[in-house]
Amino acid sequence: MSAPVLEVADLRVRLETPRGPAHVVDGLDYAVGAGETVAIVGESGSGKSVSVLALLGLLPASATVTGTASFGGRDLLAMSEAELRGVRGNGIGMVFQDPMTSLNPVLSVGRQLTEGLLAHGVVTGRAAARARAADLLADVGLPDPRGALERYPHELSGGMRQRVVIAIALAGEPRLLVADEATTALDVTVQAQIVDLVTRLQAEHGTAVVWITHDLGVVAGIADRVLVMYGGRCVEDGGVDDVFDAPAHPYTRGLLGALPARVDAQRGPGRRAPDLVAIAGTPPPPTELPRGCVFWPRCPVRGDVRCETEQPPLVRVGGTDPRPHRAATFYGREIP
Amino acid sequence: MSGFALRRAAQSLVVLLGVSLAVFALVHLVPGDPVRLALGTRFDQATYDALRERAGLDQPLPAQYLQWIGGAVRGDLGVSFRSGEPVTALILERLPATLSLALGSIVVALLIAVPLGTASALRPRSAVDGLGTVVSQIGISVPEFWMGIMLILLFAGTLGWFPAGGYVPFARDPAGWLHSLVLPAVTTGLVSGSVLTRFTRSSVLEALSAEHVRTARAKGLGPRAVLSWHVLRNAMLPLVTVTGVQLAYLLSGVVVVEIVFAWPGLGQLALQAVEARDYPLLQGAVLLFAVVFLLLNLGVDLLYGRLDPRIAA
Ligand SMILES: Nc1ncnc2c1ncn2[C@@H]1O[C@H](COP(=O)(O)OP(=O)(O)OP(=O)(O)O)[C@@H](O)[C@H]1O
Ligand SMILES: [Mg+2]
Repeated sequence: MSAPVLEVADLRVRLETPRGPAHVVDGLDYAVGAGETVAIVGESGSGKSVSVLALLGLLPASATVTGTASFGGRDLLAMSEAELRGVRGNGIGMVFQDPMTSLNPVLSVGRQLTEGLLAHGVVTGRAAARARAADLLADVGLPDPRGALERYPHELSGGMRQRVVIAIALAGEPRLLVADEATTALDVTVQAQIVDLVTRLQAEHGTAVVWITHDLGVVAGIADRVLVMYGGRCVEDGGVDDVFDAPAHPYTRGLLGALPARVDAQRGPGRRAPDLVAIAGTPPPPTELPRGCVFWPRCPVRGDVRCETEQPPLVRVGGTDPRPHRAATFYGREIP
Repeated sequence: MSGFALRRAAQSLVVLLGVSLAVFALVHLVPGDPVRLALGTRFDQATYDALRERAGLDQPLPAQYLQWIGGAVRGDLGVSFRSGEPVTALILERLPATLSLALGSIVVALLIAVPLGTASALRPRSAVDGLGTVVSQIGISVPEFWMGIMLILLFAGTLGWFPAGGYVPFARDPAGWLHSLVLPAVTTGLVSGSVLTRFTRSSVLEALSAEHVRTARAKGLGPRAVLSWHVLRNAMLPLVTVTGVQLAYLLSGVVVVEIVFAWPGLGQLALQAVEARDYPLLQGAVLLFAVVFLLLNLGVDLLYGRLDPRIAA
């Protein structure tokens, strides 16, 4: 296996909030290889979006980001703003949640596609940029791509808009695509189409994908590895089959318990699974994280004396050596 | 596009008809006999009757209205009671001064508001933002006449850079026109500018927090491209509307400033007409203000339709 496209180590993000500093991401490690899909799942507010925005320097200036994120042999977190600009939309493409708001309503689709191409010097000249933009739109399955260049976002349906957003993300032929809840705002059937589209493009170009979602059905369908976040920390990660077949963390077990039993048989892109809400209680606010295990206040099996005072380390509970299955709980069966 | 424009133009015409009725009714319902007032002490019944007949005041009101509006359509607004000159000529004579002042003021206002409001929004609670707040507070709370007098004292009196008042027509002397325009335009421009600064700040702040700005940054665009195409381009939309309203206000004659600067504009003319109970002149001036207001609104709507693709469809 060649070197991963992206390798994140000990990523931490501190945000300033009116209620004091918040450790919104608190030590994340993961790697994504070419052609591979890593899914990040977790309840709302667990720090998923912040963790990927941090990689590209898209957080407010008051955010403090530490750790390393090596991409193509260079550390994203050590780059200057100008260097990062060269990576955004070029080496790394991003797709956001809501295509109603992530496109500029007053600029044409063509304009929004070509400005990135021209900024990165992918092509030179307006004519070449428009030709390339039309190719990209054809690639993501927009009917009448040339005509679509003249369209404005409000003239397109939600699914078509999300295709445009994906075309923008792919404009620089990125080696990594980050999709932050790219299907959440769409109809179920359209969700399936978008998932299929990304899987096809990924297969064609060998793109590495980080896919943030609430939809465990999608995770089961497309991800190679899954990372479960809670309160800014990774509580469990591993190969999708390992984690789904033998969840080690009480939180993961809760999430999966919320799924209908049929989900295993149903694994396939776009199957709608319930949102992650079945665990009683709410996550702690990032300004007041507990001293011990972040999940302790809601944990159904807590009891170990260390839970309240000690952070359980992320240890291997299964999987194979280069692709371990790890969990951060005193209730897992640690494999040395 | 043309359907939208036609619909808006038709709406404006209907509104204009209503306004003309209202203007006519208001002027004729105000108590007091204008002919008697115009004659003053030289009152004799024969002259009085002759004048009333010439002004058409002996006819029933509906007939008077029809006659007035029929003339207005052909550009004839009647004859001033006081000077005996055609109202249209009197108004046209004042129009260049008012247009100059209004346009000058709006330029000054935008020159203050766009940079200051944008800079304030980009750095909230910074020194620039503080400056913006102070400037708009001054502009909103200081009376125009006082501001005008202070500017005259400083720049016309002490420093002697600009004339203290008076209007130089552009056609006669462009440089002199600009010179005469600076102080009055700054006076009214500061007031409009302070309103617009506030407005620009909040529009830009709102545009900045839009999600498409993050998409633009995630594309790898530089800060200048993001600011001009994804923030200001969007913040401009609401600003166009408010600028239109300010311009309409400025065109309807800024009476106080015109008096302070001895500026022969429409505001002064309208004031004189009120004082003299000069019906035809007053009606003409108010009707003109209404037309200006409607035209500007129409223009703003059409411009908005061009700037915002969501409207024109
Ligand atoms: N700019 C910001 N300033 C301060 N706090 C922030 C900011 N952005 C996010 N947060 C906080 O950071 C935490 C994590 O937010 P994040 O958006 O990463 O969650 P998420 O896992 O993506 O949730 P969702 O599923 O709702 O998208 C939340 O508590 C949020 O309130
Ligand atoms: Mg999110």
